[in-house]
Order: sequence, then structure tokens, then C-alpha cells
Amino acid sequence: MSDAATSTAATTTAATDAFWSFDGWEMVVGLEVHVELATRTKLFSGSPNRFGDEPNTHIDPVTLGLPGALPVLNRQAVELAMRLGLALNCTVQRSTFARKNYFYPDMPKAYQISQYDEPICIDGWLDLPDGVRVGIERAHLEEDTGKSTHVGGTGGRIHGSDHSLIDFNRAGVPLVEIVSRPDIRSPEQAKAYVSELRAILVAVGASDAKMEEGSMRVDANVSVRRPGAEFGTRCEIKNVNSVRSVGRAIEYEAQRQIGMLEAGEPIRQETRHWDETDGRTHTLRSKEDADDYRYFQEPDLVVVDPDPEWIERVRSSLPVLPAARRLRLAEATGQSPDAEAVLVVTDRDQDVYVLTVAEAGGDAGRALVHVKEAFADQGERPAVPATDLAALTQMEVAGELTATQAKQVLAEIVDNGGGDPRAIAAAKGFEAMDSSELESMVDDAIAAQPDAWAKFCAGEGKAMGALVGAVMKASRGQADGKAVTALLERRRAGPA
Amino acid sequence: MVRVALTVVSDRITPEAVAKVAKLARLSLSDDELQQATHQLSDMLDHFADIDALDLDGVEPMTHPTPIANVMREDIEQDCLDRDEVLAGAPAAEDGRFRVPPIVGLDD
Amino acid sequence: MADLTGTPEVPSTAIDIAWNVRNNVESAATVVERHLAEIDRREGDIHAFNLVLADEARARAIEIDDAVAVGRDPGPLAGVPIALKDNMCTRGIPTTCSSRILDGWKPPYDATIVTKLHDAGAIVIGKTNLDEFAMGSSTENSAFGATRNPHDITRVPGGSSGGSAAAVAAGFAAVSLGSDTGGSIRQPAALCGVVGVKPTYGAVSRYGLVAFASSLDQIGPFATTVADASLLLESISGHDPMDSTSIRQPPLEISRQLDFGVVGLRVGRITDLPEGASPDVVARLDQAFDELRAAGAEIVDVEVPAFGYGLTAYYLIAPAEASSNLARYDGVRFGHRVDAPDTNAMYMATRTEGFGAEVKRRIMLGTYALSAGYYDAYYGRALKVRRRIAADFAAAYERADVLLTPASPTVAFHLGDKTADPMSMYLCDTYTIPSNLTGDPGMSVPFGTGDDGLPVGIQVLAPALQEATMFRTAAELERRAPR
Repeated sequence: MSDAATSTAATTTAATDAFWSFDGWEMVVGLEVHVELATRTKLFSGSPNRFGDEPNTHIDPVTLGLPGALPVLNRQAVELAMRLGLALNCTVQRSTFARKNYFYPDMPKAYQISQYDEPICIDGWLDLPDGVRVGIERAHLEEDTGKSTHVGGTGGRIHGSDHSLIDFNRAGVPLVEIVSRPDIRSPEQAKAYVSELRAILVAVGASDAKMEEGSMRVDANVSVRRPGAEFGTRCEIKNVNSVRSVGRAIEYEAQRQIGMLEAGEPIRQETRHWDETDGRTHTLRSKEDADDYRYFQEPDLVVVDPDPEWIERVRSSLPVLPAARRLRLAEATGQSPDAEAVLVVTDRDQDVYVLTVAEAGGDAGRALVHVKEAFADQGERPAVPATDLAALTQMEVAGELTATQAKQVLAEIVDNGGGDPRAIAAAKGFEAMDSSELESMVDDAIAAQPDAWAKFCAGEGKAMGALVGAVMKASRGQADGKAVTALLERRRAGPA
Repeated sequence: MVRVALTVVSDRITPEAVAKVAKLARLSLSDDELQQATHQLSDMLDHFADIDALDLDGVEPMTHPTPIANVMREDIEQDCLDRDEVLAGAPAAEDGRFRVPPIVGLDD
Repeated sequence: MADLTGTPEVPSTAIDIAWNVRNNVESAATVVERHLAEIDRREGDIHAFNLVLADEARARAIEIDDAVAVGRDPGPLAGVPIALKDNMCTRGIPTTCSSRILDGWKPPYDATIVTKLHDAGAIVIGKTNLDEFAMGSSTENSAFGATRNPHDITRVPGGSSGGSAAAVAAGFAAVSLGSDTGGSIRQPAALCGVVGVKPTYGAVSRYGLVAFASSLDQIGPFATTVADASLLLESISGHDPMDSTSIRQPPLEISRQLDFGVVGLRVGRITDLPEGASPDVVARLDQAFDELRAAGAEIVDVEVPAFGYGLTAYYLIAPAEASSNLARYDGVRFGHRVDAPDTNAMYMATRTEGFGAEVKRRIMLGTYALSAGYYDAYYGRALKVRRRIAADFAAAYERADVLLTPASPTVAFHLGDKTADPMSMYLCDTYTIPSNLTGDPGMSVPFGTGDDGLPVGIQVLAPALQEATMFRTAAELERRAPR
């Protein structure tokens, strides 16, 4: 695929966030996300669900698939699956487990216990910050596999390896697979979906959902079509390990398919591997002999049928979700829910703090700006007492501090973990300049720089800089730049 | 009753289907074994055709003898197996892990 | 053949042995030696065991005797020598399922029933031979050679729990455990002239039982008397949190009702029972009904129209589950491995070399029954047949408290008689299979002899969790059995 095509597409994508189109084609994307649940133990046995210890130390007969071992379902895994399903607006239903039969060395039983016909959660949705709704087809429980490392090949890959080593610590870790409907139409939407999903999973405590650590894994199903036409043949993209890669991989794959279709070649349905270094997707083994998984209901487990009381208990214990928090913050601060400050501050979990500042009498809008700019390192519970920040914003709104002055006071408050803004302002000698004092300074500046004044009156906006600068110098930075500009313009306009 | 002839051709299952199924199950059959297996499985499936005659409309499949539901355990750690004991029973081990030949010939 | 009736001085039943040991009349050590001597005498002819645990049994006997000496009660099975079918996991002790693929494998954990037996004071005297992975009706499918019937060593003991049945019949152990998926306890019990019980599905934990067909397998007792079987079943039954299919019931209570008799009990005769039972067996069945009638039971005619379809449903469901349960034997983590240049080749070579012919046959049949395009016609359809059979039995149990059938269509047949034609061997399970499909209990109790003086077993069937009723019917038959 040509680089020219890529760069054109990049421009198109940058220009229109939610709407992606290339040469009259649109992309159709569904995402399958696997998340590791934050339980103490595995899905079907009591070995620890813990990352990083010595290989094969979190094992038991069930984990290893030893003869005679039997699975027993972890109640907490069911609870977390319900939590995340309800947070995604799903219906929680009676569900069964099924065996997915295939051979692989990291699959101890040569079958994976998953859910097939009757998953625990169905028919939900996730609203993206920009308002687009992505349907969630289902979310179901399944067990993770062990991990293989390949010895002797290049770069630890299977190809050319001499042998492989298997660690079963991860085998049996509880996963939920969340399958979206193919409602996503751009790389940006896909990234937003993944980010929002992550925020929800973390908010409800289901998972820490870290792509870089493998506790959240994303596979993308990508196809292209002419708008309104039938869905095209799709390809599944694996090995996408960051939010950024989600966007890049989808973009590449859509372009690849468009290129083929325009050259008259049909798309072959297959699984492809995303390579982050060369920025392309590649065919995995061509699956002519696609494994027949021979799904059948797991006879060693029984039906899971949460009663309405349990479902209601879970539902009512859900926290306020990110979308609702953004909306709440937006309404309090007079912003739109997808404004950058709202997104950033909510993502940092500092939205409640801003609301607390407002409750303490502060101006929510000013507080939002300050928190966004200066509180990046503060965490969910900033050291600065809400009352202090509230007092600062009150001074600003009353015109007692200029924007610049407020920034300096804020810096000191942040550094010291608090402080009385009035006292700090006074110590710095910040006082509001009264207007007559300001006017006389402006007149002095005009008188001192007649050339600049002449240019400014002739319409050269740039000349104003020298005049404003003189006033700022004379006032030792305490003049409000906006007020000075306004005064100059008034003078220019005509006699008072 | 003892069957001797292996030349009976039945359409219940073909040698191709038997070969496919053997591959799925990771079993390799010689040509003779394939022939014999086809014959035997065909014979069995002939017998098993008796259930085709039953009217089973509206009958729910029965996967479990007992209708129990919601068997779950608490999220509490249990003792793990001793790694040395387990690896001692493994065909090949290295570095605390199970060792296998190169993983090719399998679908990812 | 060993004297099975025993004497108070030389008790051979579990109940008598346990009483003697707990009350210091006889030491566990003596009991163990006596049984080991019998094994020495005849095991060469019979081959009931894959492994005799002489040292372990002696060591355990010392522990039991020490406990008694200090006044600690060792348990209801104190000093009772018991043999375990070699598909039950015993920690540190080879568990082979009579298959090359597990030859020499030592589990790192005990099955739940092994722990229960230990806590009850029983002494495991050996692991018994079986049809490979419990697939068979004659124990001829063992990778380690067939077991012989103690009544006639040219004949089979039945299967798949042939070794456990023969061990009890030959006096090698007072009692034993087997597993029953399609009749693998009841049929060998009938052929060997001992009592064999398949409990209600879920009554006994399957944790540590190497799975053949998960929704059908159950562990159950072999014994020389109904009372012994009752004691053993009570000791091993009960809810197990390690088995999700284990029913939430306390241990079964059966012994109390053993002598209640059958007055007023409704005993069902299935009028549309599939044919295939030989005349000598049919004659004993008729006699059994007569005896129960004489004992005060009411004989009622019932129909179970779908009974005969059980064989087909079973031979689609069981191999399907087995094909999946046996996929874990891949040479990666345990057991036998055949080295190869890559993993896939290793799987093929290991499994081809490690599994016997019958196991491979069933794996292929089961894989086919589940495969894309065939699921609905085979496995899916079989599950519906299963539901239909369960419904028919439920209807029959509205009118009868227990049902009587033959346990095996014939008395013990000669080695080699049925090995050429798999289907002919499958027919051995005709009468036992349906209760595995429904999950209801069933037991075989010896009732006279048939052709060639060989034992005949009558099968008593009961609804789920009605073991007490089933056992007391069997006890009556035992009292009235022809000598």
C-alpha cells in the first residue's frame, strides 16, 4: 500500500474526528476486548491470580488440567462480570459454560472453558464522549491460558525456535470477553471506545485494564464498504498492544482492504497480526483447515442464574460512571461534556475535587481551569484544601486579581500544599489597580512613545505591544493586560 | 456375531470424514487402520440410526442429570501444588517450566 | 476360590473386620496379612491388580492398630482392606487407568474418596485393573493384560471395573471401589457374583476420578454383602465443594433401613424391556419377582418406551464427552511422551502410541458426534433422547418404587468372544446404561447361577436419592437368593 495513500488518509482522519472516509469508502469496526478480572484467585480454582511470581508456582490440579481435576466457579468473578456488564447497560441473564476444544501447549486441558450459547451479559452499549453509541453484543466469562516462551529463535518468536517453555501461572485467570457490535466507524472512535471502556472497568473495580501489562487485550475486526452497502468481508487483527496501536492498526488495515478491493481483489477472511515496528498487518498461518472447536456445554459445571436480588444489589452498588461524572462536571462548570478540561480532569479522578471547591463557595469554572493546568501531579485527593482554592477563585471573579496574578498565587498554594490566597497576594504586593491609576499609566505610555501610538492609531495592531509593555513595566506586572488593551482601544476610538 | 469382511461400503461415514476426525483428535491412522475404523464407525452409526425415528420436537436437551444451579466458591486462596513434585512427573522440564518441541503445525 | 462366608474368627466382611479391629479382637496387621496371602495365592491366575500396595498397607495397618491401642477410634472402616480401581488418583502412587499413556504417572494429589477412606480407617491394598480409561465391558481393553473371572479364569470378569469386581470375588480385598459410566460397576458385579452399586449421580464426589464421561461417571462400591456395600457407600458419599456436580446432601443413610423388608413396596416389571437377555438370566429375573412377591411386595407392570434408545444415546454422549476429556493426554505436562520435531507431531505420535484401539475408536466417534455439521444429528439429538428416557422413567416411578431388570444380558462370556466386533461388546450395557443417563441409582445383587454354574446378578433401580429403598429391596433378594 502506498505511502501517499496513508498520508492522505491521515489528513482526512485529523480533519474530521468521528467521521472517517476515504475515496468513498467507510470502515466498519467491531472490537473484542479481553480483560483480566481483579479477583484474588483464579476462575475455577483457588490458586492466586497474581502477576510476576516464579513460574509454575500458582498451580493446582485444576490449573494444570491433571486427570481427575474439576473446575469450581469463583463467585467474585461472577460478581465482577455482572458489575461490568451492568455498567455497560447489559442485561444479566442465566448463563452456561461451554468447552472450546483445541490443542495448544499453553492450554492444559486442550479445551478452554468459556461461554458460548448463553453468555452472562448481553445487549448493552457504551456511549463515547462525543455522543456516539457503540452497541455491546455480549460479555462472557472464560479462563486464560498459560504463557509460552520460545527459546532459540530470533527475537523470542516461534519461527525458528528450538523449543518452548510453558508457565501455567496465568492459566485459569478469569477473563471477561467484551464484544462490541460493528458500530465503530473511525480509528478515533475505536481509540475512544477503548479508553472509555478502560475508564469504566477501573471505575467499577472489575480490572486494572492495563494494555501494556496484558490485563486488557484488544482484537479488532475490520472491514470496509461503500456507505449503505452490505458489510464487507472482515479480518481480525491481533497483537494490538496500546490505544495508539488500535488507531494505527485499524487505519492501516482499512487502507489495505480498500487497496485490494479497488484493484479488484477479494478480501480473504483471516486473522492478521499487527506489527508495531513496521506498521503493517500480516497474515498469520493461513487457516484453510480452521479448527472446529466442537463447542458443547461444560458437563463439569452447572447453570449460573443470578437472582434479581443479587443483580439489584450489584446495580445499586455501582459508582457514578465516567460519562455521568463528565456530565456532572460539565454542568457544574458550564462546559460541554467532551471539552478537553472536563475529559482531562475527570480522567484524573479530580472531578469530585472541583465540585467540592464549588461547594465551598468557589467558582467552578475557574477551579476547573486551575485544576487542569496545575494539578496534574496531585492525584485524586489534592493536598490543597478546597477552601483555599475556592477563596482564590472568588478573588478572581471579584476582579481582585488578574489572571497572571492568580496564576502566581496558585503556584505558591500548590507548592505549599495550601495557603490563604489573600495573605499570599498581599505578601506579593498584588493589589487590584483602580481604573484611574491605570488610565494615567496608559496616558503616560502614550505620551512616552508617540511613534508607537501613531502606528497603533493607523491600524497597526503590533504597535500595541510596546505600549502595553510599557504599562506592565510601570505597574510592575500588576496591570491587567486585558484592561490595558481595552483602554488603548478606547483612546484610539476617540475622545472620552 | 463376528464381522470379518472389511469391504462393505456404507455411506454413514466416509474415509475422508474419518481421516478428518482423526486429525482433529491428533491421532494418526495407517491406511489399514483408516479402512477398519471407517467400517467400524459406519457399523456403529448404522445401529445408532434408531433414534432418527423418534419425534423429538420440543424436547429440551438434557446435559445434566441433576438440575442444580449456582454452585460457586468464595474468592479465597488455597494451597498450591509443589512445583518440584509436579515437574518431576513432567516428560520434560527446564527453568521451572514445562518444555515442549517447537510450536508449529498448530493454528494460533 | 476363597471362602467368602467367613467365620467370626476369620471375618471376611467389612462390617465384621471393622468391628473386630475397633474392639481389639483382631489386629489390622493380621487382616492385611491374610488378604495379602490370598493375593499371593491366586493373583497370578486372575490379574486383578495393576499394583499391589503391600508395604503401604502394612504401614497403614500399624497406624490403625496404634490408634486402637491408645483408645482412638480409627473409623467405621477400621482395618478394612479395600482395592481401588486404577482410575482414582492416589498421591505419589501410580495411577495408570490401565493405559500406556499414563504408565508410571504418580498424581500429586489424592481423590476426595481416597481421603475419606483414609479418614474412615480403611486400608488401600492395591490399584485394580480396568478397561483402558474405563471404556469397555470385559477388562480386555487394558494395556496391561486382561483380568480373569475368579469363578472361571477362561472367562471375563466384566468391565470396565473388572479388577475391582474380581478382587472382591477372589477375597483379595473385603470391598473395593469401581466407577460406573454405562454399567461398569453393575455388569462386572453380576458376572463375578458380588454386589455392585452405582449411586445417584452427584452423591459421591468425582474429584480425583479420572474422567471418562463427566455427566455419567460415578464412583461406587463392590462388596460381598449388601450390608457391606451400604457401609462403604455411606462412608464415601456426601457433598464435596471440589466437585461442582456434587449434590448438596449429607452422606447417604442406608444401613438403618436394610432390614425393613419389602412389604407393600411396589416393584416394577418393565414389560417393554429390550430383548437380548439369555434364558437363564430371564429365569432368575422371574424368580426374583416371585421371591419379592412372596416377601410381601406388590409387583406392578410398567412401561419405559424409550428404554431401548439408551444404548444409542449413551454411545453418542459418552464418547463425545470422552473425546474432550481425553484431549489433555498430549505429552506436555504428565504421562507418556513420544519425542518429535514439533509439538503437533508430538501430539500425534504420543496419542497414537499411547492409546489403545477401543479408546481411539471412541475418541473418533465422539469427535465426529460433536463436529461441525453433525452436532445436531448426533450429540444434540442424543441429549434430547436422554431427556425423553428420563421422562419415561419418571413416569414409571409414579407407579413403582423400584424396578427390576437383569444387570447383564448373559453370564460371564469367554475371553475373546466379543473383541472382534465392538458393537457386540456395547450390547452388554443394554440394561445398565439408562440409569447413567438419568442419574438415578442402580445396583446389582447376586441371585443364583445361570448357564455353566456362573453367577447371575439382578439389577435393582430406584429414583434419585432413593438408595435406602433400593438397598432394602436388594437385601431382601440377598436373603432369598437361591443357593
